[in-house]
Amino acid sequence: MISISHVSKSYGAFQVLKDCNADVARGEVVVICGPSGSGKSTLIKTVNGLETIDAGEIKVGDFRLAPGVTHVAALRRSVGMVFQSFELFPHLTVLSNVTIAQTKVLKRPKAVAEEKARSLLARVGLSAHITKYPAQLSGGQQQRVAIARALALDPEVMLFDEPTSALDPEMVNEVLDVMTSLAKQGMTMICVTHEMGFARNVANRVLFMDGGEIVETADAATFFAAPRSERAKSFLARILKH
Amino acid sequence: MNFNLSAITSVVPFLLSGLLFTIEITVVGVIGGIVFGSLLAVARLSSNRLLSAFATAYINLMRSIPLIMVIFWVFFLVPWAIGWLTNGGRPVAVGASLTIYVTFVLFEAAYYAEIVRAGFRSISSGQYAACEALGLSKLHAYVYILFPQAIRNVLPILLTQTIILFQDTSLVYVISATDLLGAATKIAQRDGKLVEMYLTVGVIYFLFCYSASQLVKRLQGRLAYGAR
Amino acid sequence: MSLLFETTPDGVGRYIDWIWSGLAWTLSLALGAWTIALVVGTLVGVARTFPGGIWPRLARIYVETFRNIPLLVQMFFWYFVLPELLPQRLGLAIKQMDPPWGSFVPALICLGLFTAARIAEQVRAGVQALPAGQRAAAYALGFSRGGMYRLILLPQAFRIILPTLTNEFMTIFKNTSVALTIGLVELTATAREINENTFRTFDAYGVVTLVYLVIALIAWQLMYRIERAAQLPSLVRGSARK
Repeated sequence: MISISHVSKSYGAFQVLKDCNADVARGEVVVICGPSGSGKSTLIKTVNGLETIDAGEIKVGDFRLAPGVTHVAALRRSVGMVFQSFELFPHLTVLSNVTIAQTKVLKRPKAVAEEKARSLLARVGLSAHITKYPAQLSGGQQQRVAIARALALDPEVMLFDEPTSALDPEMVNEVLDVMTSLAKQGMTMICVTHEMGFARNVANRVLFMDGGEIVETADAATFFAAPRSERAKSFLARILKH
Repeated sequence: MNFNLSAITSVVPFLLSGLLFTIEITVVGVIGGIVFGSLLAVARLSSNRLLSAFATAYINLMRSIPLIMVIFWVFFLVPWAIGWLTNGGRPVAVGASLTIYVTFVLFEAAYYAEIVRAGFRSISSGQYAACEALGLSKLHAYVYILFPQAIRNVLPILLTQTIILFQDTSLVYVISATDLLGAATKIAQRDGKLVEMYLTVGVIYFLFCYSASQLVKRLQGRLAYGAR
Repeated sequence: MSLLFETTPDGVGRYIDWIWSGLAWTLSLALGAWTIALVVGTLVGVARTFPGGIWPRLARIYVETFRNIPLLVQMFFWYFVLPELLPQRLGLAIKQMDPPWGSFVPALICLGLFTAARIAEQVRAGVQALPAGQRAAAYALGFSRGGMYRLILLPQAFRIILPTLTNEFMTIFKNTSVALTIGLVELTATAREINENTFRTFDAYGVVTLVYLVIALIAWQLMYRIERAAQLPSLVRGSARK
């Protein structure tokens, strides 16, 4: 479904992605982990064109991303993204946040969009809050709205960029639960996350990145039990000490 | 020194007509200035080099020269500009009001542009990314998501600039226009009642501007997004 | 541009001499008023930060009065109204001041006090932006109130407000043009006079506009250098506005 081949990117003299290769099959849940600055966020943002690439090619379904490709609007309808800082639109109600892209981008009639929004918000457990504004919700609630907002466009792939990193510990689980149920329903997902419990239990595969390269790829069970590379081993040792 | 109250009451109608003109200039200046200023701000942020350079040059030029100088320029240029467009190159006599409106829209737009630009800069960069990720077109993103937030963030400053505009209108004195100050001056010169007229006008301006600035302060308290 | 070097109707000099004269008046008025404004503005701004008593209230009355009346109206007050309100002899003495000074002095006082009100608000904002702990620390060390303001609070406050002071400095040059209404032949008045004498409007206005642009450029450069020189690593905020 998604194939990343020989992707590289530099910011001036600094090379942030070095010849990355990966494939994600339909329905797979892939977790990207690694130390800060390893390029994980940048890599995931190349998949929906939020970041351009200097070399290589990315294919998402039939859509092809390459250096110089600029028309990515069509791609964004089939790839949804959830951000670390939620990025809800503060001047719109929860319901409007979920309907606006449906009506403006997909041109759905307002009634259809609202119906869809209500059912998605119910799915993430927030029916009681649809007329509230983002500032009135907790971080965990805001992130769940953000997930509903992305799902409203019926994407084929969902990208999560450190979705729980900005949350207080007690709210992390409510978001992970939503992501877990999404995975069980067969959504193709790529998640950048530090939540190793989620990775171990829900992910099919783990990509470990360090210094801009994909150092190791393995299915989740193997990666946590017996990492092959030295860098992965020391990373896991540091993280799992808690 | 004589302070004659009846001197004031007899000329109230004329003063009111002057005040009306002052308000008209302010309203036109605010609406035109914010519209043109917003376009300038967006042009300045645009990736089109030529457009961005033009907008930046215009804003910096307008903000570096006095309003009185701009008034003189526009009064000189507008008859020529209209003549060039319609009369085969010879200047056309144009009413003072229209020229004044044009002056204030052109001048204040540069100031509103900087305020709107600050408004855009106050939006977190993630908002742009979220709009992109949802596939919103640039036009939709600006109209529905970015511009409303930008304006809301700088609304107090926008309103303060409007109060300044209201005060700036008094400068049309230099072309003998009959705004509030102009009306007072004409009465003062005709009746010799300088002290009464100028003090009255001072009080009127003060009451308008002070009340407006107090309203803005109260608005500032209400505008926070009501975060938990 | 050749206009500049033609002889004036009174045969005394060339138009460029008029421009020099106008420029001299503009600069004297601006710099003189700026000095008054800094001194008075700082005192009034500091007074507004006092916890209680009569000084903050008087300072507030000053600021509100001078900020809510247009500069032109204030100019007329100092020039036309004040001599009438003063005792007979004093008023007469003022009205009999020789022409340039009869206009210059009221303009200087007016512009100085007008700008002082705006600077007072900026100083107040700067002092109030400092953490409350600064005052506590100063008192604990035994500083008197005067010493605390002079040595601890104001040096920091001024660094914070340098960008807005820069704006104010550039504004004062533009505001000098208002003095033409009470007879001061500063730059803008000079433009009008040259135009009335030669009818070469474009040249007359153009030269003066250029002079204003050069003034703005120099003023901005000056403040930018002051800002760079005064920067402390811990207090670096957004640098000089363009």
